[in-house]
Amino acid sequence: MSTIRMRISPAGDVLDVKALIRHPMESGNREDKSTGKKIPANFIQKLMVSVNGENVMDGNLSEAVSKNPYINIKVPGKKGDEVTIAWTSNTGESDEATQAA
Amino acid sequence: MQTKRRVFLKGSLAASAAGLAVGAGLLSPRAVLAAAADWPEAAFESESMDSALSELFGSGDVAESGDISVKAPDIAENGAVVPVTVESSIADSDRVAIFVSKNPTPLVASFDLSGAKPFVSTRIRMGETDNVTGVVHAGGKLYKASKEVKVTIGGCGG
Repeated sequence: MSTIRMRISPAGDVLDVKALIRHPMESGNREDKSTGKKIPANFIQKLMVSVNGENVMDGNLSEAVSKNPYINIKVPGKKGDEVTIAWTSNTGESDEATQAA
Repeated sequence: MQTKRRVFLKGSLAASAAGLAVGAGLLSPRAVLAAAADWPEAAFESESMDSALSELFGSGDVAESGDISVKAPDIAENGAVVPVTVESSIADSDRVAIFVSKNPTPLVASFDLSGAKPFVSTRIRMGETDNVTGVVHAGGKLYKASKEVKVTIGGCGG
């Protein structure tokens, strides 16, 4: 399963994109209560959004974004256009998903 | 409702297929790797809002603006999940950033827009009662607006 879920609502020449990404967004400040050790930071740093292959938004996130990040943005496009969302984390993990409006 | 759910499920399936393709090396996430290099680390590690602003925008000179709307709840029971929406009606808004000044590192997120509307809605963590500030870069200048959120339980620790 992809970690990225999208819901796209076309309205005229704008696509309202709501995305939910499954990710722990560990801040690095939390302790594992059973071992007392710090849980290492693991959070999404980059969030790239493109429409039909063209970049429209380049987001930089920090550990202050909530667990399982929710992002709602408005991008140019019309029904049928393909929206791609990609993320990379500080640990080097990444995922990408594309969906037609 | 039922049909919407169907469409959404179908969409999720299509999305996971793309994910698999990436995993299998069919689609190379080159663009993804290239972009990860330019995460503004210094700005995110700044412990004051002023230095985070300077690191991110090259200037800490920000003017209050009524053309930016920052929406957030008056009271957040759980600081770990505070919904925030920042929207700008200033012409040529090309960057939007969200700050919480009393967080250990005030910069929460920044968005460089190259076509997307100056509108971002997300959910953030707040350590204590504080202002959420939306900063918008437009036409080479910086503008901001804030909204106070009372936090009952902080969201930074465990």
